[in-house]
Amino acid sequence: MTARPAPPLSRRLSRVLVYLAAILVALYILAPIYLIAVMAFSPRAVVYGYPKPLLPTQISLETISFFINSYGILDSVKNSVLVAVFTLVISLAIGAPAGYALARYIFPGGDIYRILILSTRAFPVVILSIPLITTYISWGLDDSALGVALLHTAMALPTTILVTSSIFVGVSKDLEEAAMTMGCTRAGAFRRVALPLALPGLAASAIFTFMLSWNEVFAAAILTLQNQTLPARLIVQLNQSPIPFRFAGGFFILVPAIVFMLFARRYLFSLWGVKLR
Amino acid sequence: MAEIRIENVRKEFGKVVAVKDVSLVIPDREFIVLLGPSGCGKTTLLRCIAGLEQVDGGRVYFGDRDVTDLPVRQRRISMVFQSYAVFPHMTVFENIAFGLRMQHKPDVEVKRRVQAAAELLHIEELLARYPAQLSGGQRQRVAVARAIAYDADVLLMDEPLSNLDALLRLEMRAELKRLIEELQTTVVYVTHDQVEALSLGDRIAVMKQGEILQVDSPLTVYDRPAAHFVGSFIGNPPMNFLPARVIDGGAGLTVGEARLMLVGEMADAARRVGSQEVWLGIRAENIEPLTGPGPTTLPGRILVVEPLGSHTLLTVRTAEAMIKVNARADAPFRADQPVWLKLSADKVRLLDKTTGRAL
Ligand SMILES: Nc1ncnc2c1ncn2[C@@H]1O[C@H](COP(=O)(O)OP(=O)(O)O)[C@@H](O)[C@H]1O
Ligand SMILES: [Mg+2]
Repeated sequence: MTARPAPPLSRRLSRVLVYLAAILVALYILAPIYLIAVMAFSPRAVVYGYPKPLLPTQISLETISFFINSYGILDSVKNSVLVAVFTLVISLAIGAPAGYALARYIFPGGDIYRILILSTRAFPVVILSIPLITTYISWGLDDSALGVALLHTAMALPTTILVTSSIFVGVSKDLEEAAMTMGCTRAGAFRRVALPLALPGLAASAIFTFMLSWNEVFAAAILTLQNQTLPARLIVQLNQSPIPFRFAGGFFILVPAIVFMLFARRYLFSLWGVKLR
Repeated sequence: MAEIRIENVRKEFGKVVAVKDVSLVIPDREFIVLLGPSGCGKTTLLRCIAGLEQVDGGRVYFGDRDVTDLPVRQRRISMVFQSYAVFPHMTVFENIAFGLRMQHKPDVEVKRRVQAAAELLHIEELLARYPAQLSGGQRQRVAVARAIAYDADVLLMDEPLSNLDALLRLEMRAELKRLIEELQTTVVYVTHDQVEALSLGDRIAVMKQGEILQVDSPLTVYDRPAAHFVGSFIGNPPMNFLPARVIDGGAGLTVGEARLMLVGEMADAARRVGSQEVWLGIRAENIEPLTGPGPTTLPGRILVVEPLGSHTLLTVRTAEAMIKVNARADAPFRADQPVWLKLSADKVRLLDKTTGRAL
């Protein structure tokens, strides 16, 4: 047995550099998150103090509970969740069938349709805001979770449609046809074969939509007064709030993003050892 | 188990006519092969039989059932796809059980029949695995097992062996043949590989540009092609075609200098058409290469000598055409040497010069 020759120095060096760069990028993103988390779990006295400790000295829920019990915060969290769930459900209910149709059927105007879908993103919400608010008021949708969700759906749909269409392109049409030869209806073949295979991708797309809605500030801020979502409330309140409130608020808005990233990662890797886009 | 009757079936994709008014009767329990070059409409015709494509004209019958307007699931077919289309999210067992489950068979029967199908294809060991854990050849077996596990009137196969490597294809071909003989079901099998068609089919339907040119047993298709195209598509090497002339009102034939007396069926055909220019078709193995001239020989010069083990393939240039000739393996032929070709009069085919159809 001969030992495998060591890779040349230049190769090893470039590997080291790649890892260094990756570590730097990770630190750049993770360090603030870490510091915010440390503060969020420190008692108020520590949070007010200076310099602030790099390691948690005393773990306490004081700061977090101060934030959560602040007036209107819990309600806005509830609103945020409601809006995000509405958005997710509506945009998947409309976007997934549209994506499926784009993936499976060749129809006249298909290419133009694709471009039109994207062009909806060309309208800045800022310009739309005044006509939108007047329309919402006349429809009685203003200051409601459903109203915000509808606008978020409009913002999310282009990506939902294009992403789901590429997911369904990745699920071979032969599979559905095979199911049909064995006794499935078209819908049955979709449910038994295409849907389970597309599920990991659809879940990832749903999470993406959820996050888009959870993080969206502008539309949520202009469309609501009382029933604000969390970002809409924080954007108004953060500048005038005590320091513990800011740290806890920052932490609170970060948490779902991180949790969902972990969840999405699990799903983005294939479920059955199959590579799906 | 059913006869398949196809009447004037037509399928168009925009301007492309993929299947041109094809009629074909496939008797119960026949193994028929649709053979033709890529793009000639084999898959489309098969999908019309399956119901995966709606026909633009004509009717399809299974036995006395008119299935033309039935959806796929009500036609009682099973199909093996070129891509296998094995469901990646189900175990091999659930894949094979799929058709039975759709027919709401009791669990005991599902189990028994999955087991039986798996045994026929030697994949009993793989039942618990997912398709991603199988090789291409094993996936192919799963696809076939899945298609035969439940009762269907007809079994349709679209190039099931084309994605296997050469050795595996040879092995699987023989196994398929044995399997289908056991099954006693009507099979429509699509391939572009003429060797596969010759070895498998009870009959071969040769297709070109959406039309069926000939439907006959493998040996008939090989020996007596109904058209120029059939002769040149089937066989390795393809049939030789030489310009010839019918003379004396059909009594004889001239090819260049050589004169040939016609016998049997071809003599009748020649008498029918009278004196005219025709194509003479003859296979390499029906030409004998001689080292000296004879009364009915065609002179030429050897261009290439290819020893193939069982025989030696000669490429001969004559005044009329390039001709492939089989010589005995031990025959002492060399390139650039003059040669005289003796055509077996009882093996020639005469074809119309303009239509390419056999006379
Ligand atoms: N879904 C389709 N849309 C448009 N044209 C098609 C479609 N399917 C087949 N064709 C065309 O029909 C012809 C026959 O195709 P096919 O039946 O797949 O040939 P084969 O299986 O013999 O290779 C080809 O010219 C092909 O391009
Ligand atoms: Mg094909």
